[in-house]
Amino acid sequence: MLRDKIIKGVAALRQINAEDVTRKVKQLLIKANCEIGEDVLKALNDFKAKEPSDTGVNVLDQIIENNIIAKQEQVAICQDTGMAVVFVEFGQEVHIINGSFEDAVNEGVRQAYIDGYLRKSVVKDPIFDRSNTKDNTPAVIHTRIVEGDKLKISVTAKGFGSENMSSVKLFAPAAGLEGAKKYVLDVVSNAGPNSCPPMVVGVGIGGTFETACLIAKKALLRKIGEHNPDPNYARLEEELLNEVNKLGIGPAGLGGRTTALAVNVEFYPTHIASMPVAVNLCCHAARHAEGEL
Amino acid sequence: MANIKIQLPLDEKTAVSLKAGDTVLMSGIIYTGRDAAHKRLYECIQKGETLPVDLKDQLIYYVGPTPAKPGYAVGSAGPTSSYRMDPYTPALLDLGMRGMIGKGKRGSEVIEAMKRNKAVYFAAVGGVAALISKSIKKCEMVCYEDLGPEAIQRYYVEDFPAVVVIDTQGNNAYEIETAKYREI
Ligand code: SF4
Repeated sequence: MLRDKIIKGVAALRQINAEDVTRKVKQLLIKANCEIGEDVLKALNDFKAKEPSDTGVNVLDQIIENNIIAKQEQVAICQDTGMAVVFVEFGQEVHIINGSFEDAVNEGVRQAYIDGYLRKSVVKDPIFDRSNTKDNTPAVIHTRIVEGDKLKISVTAKGFGSENMSSVKLFAPAAGLEGAKKYVLDVVSNAGPNSCPPMVVGVGIGGTFETACLIAKKALLRKIGEHNPDPNYARLEEELLNEVNKLGIGPAGLGGRTTALAVNVEFYPTHIASMPVAVNLCCHAARHAEGEL
Repeated sequence: MANIKIQLPLDEKTAVSLKAGDTVLMSGIIYTGRDAAHKRLYECIQKGETLPVDLKDQLIYYVGPTPAKPGYAVGSAGPTSSYRMDPYTPALLDLGMRGMIGKGKRGSEVIEAMKRNKAVYFAAVGGVAALISKSIKKCEMVCYEDLGPEAIQRYYVEDFPAVVVIDTQGNNAYEIETAKYREI
């Protein structure tokens, strides 16, 4: 009977309370904003040891000290606590109860930004009403449905000093590897001091117009030191990092060899007629946190 | 690397002595202001009204801090990107403002106005907001309170760390210093 089937179907789902989603998002956003990842800290120290510029070393010292203070005192690493971008891998056997999933995420953002003393930086409308929403909502939410009965939530507090210097271009396939590389270098070069170097450079290649941007942003969530599992792209990451660090921009743009801590490239199949390339820049305050329900 | 200690407000003589690339520790008063406050100041000037704050020899710090936690004088308070204030800056410099603290590049009209008025552009390190806030000892609301984190406030700072990016002659540390390390 249909009734039995429905009951059976529901029983196979794992129920997650909307409130638990809120609590998780709140906790992750406060953590991301106050505690830089160990991977970023390690990269800052490693690059500092190789940095030839005195000013560069001084800037890296300030960045490291700032990260330590922020974690100890649980205050924001940067005053631009960003727009909350939330990536969700939504297990297809999960059933959210007692509320809507998106509302639950936004409630988590609201509570994090109010209770965590984070800056509210979101305006209602980009052109006609730039008034502050006063609780940093709405978040930008990217949900992907995957197998399983878990919810994997990754949050990032995306600052706009670096977001504003990001760029996307749809190349003809003839541009090839060299065209893609030159474009990444041009975007980083043009950003210079504005995106608070040393940066993390997220590159998305392929797909459609919006896929390239989305996977570029996703690339920013990767831990520093992890590479694309595809050896071609892993090599490209290394080559790009090497070349970006020859641009001379350096920490805070005041000269040196530490312009980027990592270049992370993600790719997706694309159309015979195109080679989309998106470059999403992130500052040294590469703030993200991951959790699971 | 020696830090040069400077007292604010910044007089012309001291301003002229600073060179692109110098690292400084500033003590005294700075005013905060970013996009929305600049727009209002600019509109005030265009209407021929007196500004709510006398900018003679003063520095404006481009910052929109986080809310202060209980027991703190200010929240995290690092610099924001300066170029967004470029359209409004020459008019403020022509009124006697002695300089700006922010991060990132400036347009040529700002640099010309700086040379004309002997002003200095300093950068604080972007993203070290918790560290910088330690040098801000006290803050007072000046005007535009309705703008929230964008209101104009008066900060009393001690040993506020910054770098001279563009000096009164228009020399630019971003260009000079990066050229030294550029290999491609
Ligand atoms: S680019 Fe990043 S570090 Fe710089 S001010 Fe913005 S959020 Fe902060």
